[in-house]
Amino acid sequence: MSGSVAADLLAQLAAIQVILPLLAAPVCVLTGRGGRAWAVALVVSWCAFLTAWGLLSQVLDQGVIRYELGGWAAPWGIEYRIDEINSFVLLIVSGVSSLALIFARTSVAREVPEEKRSLFYCAWMLCLTGLLGITITGDAFNVFVFLEISSLSTYVLVSLGSHRRALVSAFRYLVLGTVGATFILIGVGLLYAMTGTLNMVDLAERIPPVSQTRTVYAAFAFLAVGIGLKMALFPFHAWLPGAYAEAPSAVTAFIAGASTKVAVYVLLRFYFTVFGASFAFGELRFELFLMPLALICILIMSLIAVYQNDIKRTLAYSSLAQIGYMVLGISLVSVAGLTGGIVHLFNHALMKSALFMSLGCVFYRVGSISLASLEGLGRRMPWTLGAFVVGALSLVGVPMTVGFVSKWYLIFAAIDRGWWPLAVFVVLTSLIALAYVWRVVEVAYFRTAREGSAQAEAVEAPVLMLVPLWMLVAASVYFGLDTSLTVGVAERAAETLLGSGR
Amino acid sequence: MQHHVVLRIVCKLLIPLILLFALYVQFHGDYGPGGGFQAGVIFGAGFILYGIVFGLRSVQTVAPPPVVVMVSCAGVLLYALVGVAGPMMGGNYLDYSVLLDDPVAGQHLGIILIELGVGLTVASTMTALFYAFAERR
Repeated sequence: MSGSVAADLLAQLAAIQVILPLLAAPVCVLTGRGGRAWAVALVVSWCAFLTAWGLLSQVLDQGVIRYELGGWAAPWGIEYRIDEINSFVLLIVSGVSSLALIFARTSVAREVPEEKRSLFYCAWMLCLTGLLGITITGDAFNVFVFLEISSLSTYVLVSLGSHRRALVSAFRYLVLGTVGATFILIGVGLLYAMTGTLNMVDLAERIPPVSQTRTVYAAFAFLAVGIGLKMALFPFHAWLPGAYAEAPSAVTAFIAGASTKVAVYVLLRFYFTVFGASFAFGELRFELFLMPLALICILIMSLIAVYQNDIKRTLAYSSLAQIGYMVLGISLVSVAGLTGGIVHLFNHALMKSALFMSLGCVFYRVGSISLASLEGLGRRMPWTLGAFVVGALSLVGVPMTVGFVSKWYLIFAAIDRGWWPLAVFVVLTSLIALAYVWRVVEVAYFRTAREGSAQAEAVEAPVLMLVPLWMLVAASVYFGLDTSLTVGVAERAAETLLGSGR
Repeated sequence: MQHHVVLRIVCKLLIPLILLFALYVQFHGDYGPGGGFQAGVIFGAGFILYGIVFGLRSVQTVAPPPVVVMVSCAGVLLYALVGVAGPMMGGNYLDYSVLLDDPVAGQHLGIILIELGVGLTVASTMTALFYAFAERR
């Protein structure tokens, strides 16, 4: 009996992945209190993480999982379709959410008023539902629906930041995010008009006969701009620094690790699976659009990051540069390049969430995260700043950290194509990253705080905030040494994506 | 609002009809045009009209803000739990055919319950949005 229950549960994993957080969202509100809502959200998020783990191992063992919602067969009904790439992204999203939720307890108690906390966790669960839904679904219109769920809840989460500036940032994100979502909807609509189907696999079969039409070209362009806005690719990035800098600390750690990653996944899914690599890159030369943007993005955003006074903004601009690296990997259109891009999805989620969490710890104790407020904290908060240093080293790409692994694959892929200047470019821009993180290290370790300032009185952050922070740091060192899981999965995903274009 | 006699009388006549029409759109949705979303908007519009004409306090005695939030949660829960009933009874998520012995009757029951959940959430969310704006000073 118990065996068949376990088998039933396994068969339903794909549905459980999305339903659990969806069910948790109203339950969070009904509990009424911040603490209980947090407990519900935390348990559900960890269950979602285990589910994602189960899905990934199932995919690695048995190949693609398909799940027909409502029992309607695939091209007509909505199907969830899970292969290596999206099960990997599911794992990243649910993992970051679970760790950020442990961190959220104390951090949110400081930054969000009590009467809003249960609604805060409800919005978090809806955001998680949306992000997981975008990733798991095999239906182009369903992507848009989940995109709206995750975006609307993210606007709410950002607007709950402790300054009134958060409202402006949330509104700017809302305007640009809505434009992006609308462009994606128009793109999907045009594809539907040409092919009469919304299922991604079915679309991939029906687009080639009509691919030389203006409608398909227009859909291609609309999707490029819409997804570009969602993943904050230069020049569509204006919403991101404000949204990251003004959101509550825990939310920044969550969305920096999860939401732009999902947008990068959507890019991969549409251009490699739906349009197909041979059409998107072979015929339309999409990489000639992506690569210059990626290079400008990396260079300019890294330079801007050096001149920020608010450290959260420094890291936000650095995130933009890191998105540039991912897109650079994708635009190389080779297994090595894609592997680098996909591995960087995972690695950047680890290090950026850790960095934002350590800033959250500083904000919790000092109440500000300008450069000056970090003076002398290296001695007062050794664990927090120690984590920051490891994260920063990883961001630069020092060996034995995850950052090195992604840079290694990117450089390798560039050399593989014979593009030496590109490899040099990646190394040089890593040095700019060293410049902007070094400012923080210098202020924190080599200057002493003024007498009577908040940072002179600061003590180490609460354990509940340090535990998830150091779990991320430990993971970013572990996966810097043992790359069998991350690179292994990324390589298989890259082969699947490139293979589907043939 | 003591002076607008015509407005008040007309609204008193119209609001019950608006709510009744919303219920028609709601429960006729599986045979004709309509469904939970449209019905929820119409139902919520009835409450909002009442609030605009007779004041925020009157509408909040009929539908207190905490109750409105509860109802919006209940709607989502109803939707998600009807979906979960599918796997419980041997189908996939949101599969209504397994809900009753007769698959066609099961489909009817399923869609009516799902749309009821949608309607509850949409109506109460519309009302809650109205409260959020109207309560600002």
